[in-house]
Amino acid sequence: MLLNQFLLLAAALFAIGVYGVLARRNGVLVLMSIELILNSVNINLVAFSAVSATVGGEIFALFIIAVAAAEVGVGLAMVLLLYRNRRSIDLTEIDQLRG
Amino acid sequence: MIAMAALQGFDSLMSGDTVVAQNIAFGILAVVMIVAALRMVTTGNVVHAALYLVIVLAGVAGIFILLGAEFVGVTQVLVYIGAIVVLFLFGIMLTRGALGEDEEADTEKRRMAVLVGVLVLVVTGGAVLDSFGDAAVNRAAPSLTAEIGDTIFSQYIVPFEAVSVLLLAALIGAIVVARKD
Repeated sequence: MLLNQFLLLAAALFAIGVYGVLARRNGVLVLMSIELILNSVNINLVAFSAVSATVGGEIFALFIIAVAAAEVGVGLAMVLLLYRNRRSIDLTEIDQLRG
Repeated sequence: MIAMAALQGFDSLMSGDTVVAQNIAFGILAVVMIVAALRMVTTGNVVHAALYLVIVLAGVAGIFILLGAEFVGVTQVLVYIGAIVVLFLFGIMLTRGALGEDEEADTEKRRMAVLVGVLVLVVTGGAVLDSFGDAAVNRAAPSLTAEIGDTIFSQYIVPFEAVSVLLLAALIGAIVVARKD
């Protein structure tokens, strides 16, 4: 197996995640796309870890999994708050800070 | 044609050449993951998107195991598929009806988003191809979970404690943000 094939797979997943973050208007779907991006980074870290035959990259992947869990918890709480206050989770309507 | 290729792969496997088998497994996983990811960001149904996310996350766990990172793969299944996807499904359930399934789920800037995504793919893909020409992944044995534990609790002890504080902060923060006053 080449290192490149893993890195290219991760790049493709990252690009799809970026598209999802930009194109979706539902807050939950945007959070899911962010998970896609974090997973593509994890693939990169574990692939580099396998190439260098150390466990450092795997440990960073574990840290990212923990941070992603925290991020989803807080993010979904914010989406729920948004829904309770505005009866909508359409992110294109959240524009009060626009000048 | 595909059947013949698979048969050849099987032959090589029988003759002890596991590299071909690894590449076939990688190809299947990669195709399934990319198709599921594309469906996830294009489907109009939020619950279907969550289920496509499960396929992608399981594929990532398969990639981890293919790379010999068993512990990370198992953690991926436990934390992502077991906890985070369930959290997403609860979030979808609690905000149901906020956006109807027939309603347009994407913003009007979709074309720009496609452009940005393709540019990200081209730039990162070009950089990757340019930097790591033919570096190979030849892991003789899977990484040892004991070694991961030893390293976390010696070299990475400070980040580990920081993550535990972060999880506590996220727990309190989620309760404070989402509770009804």
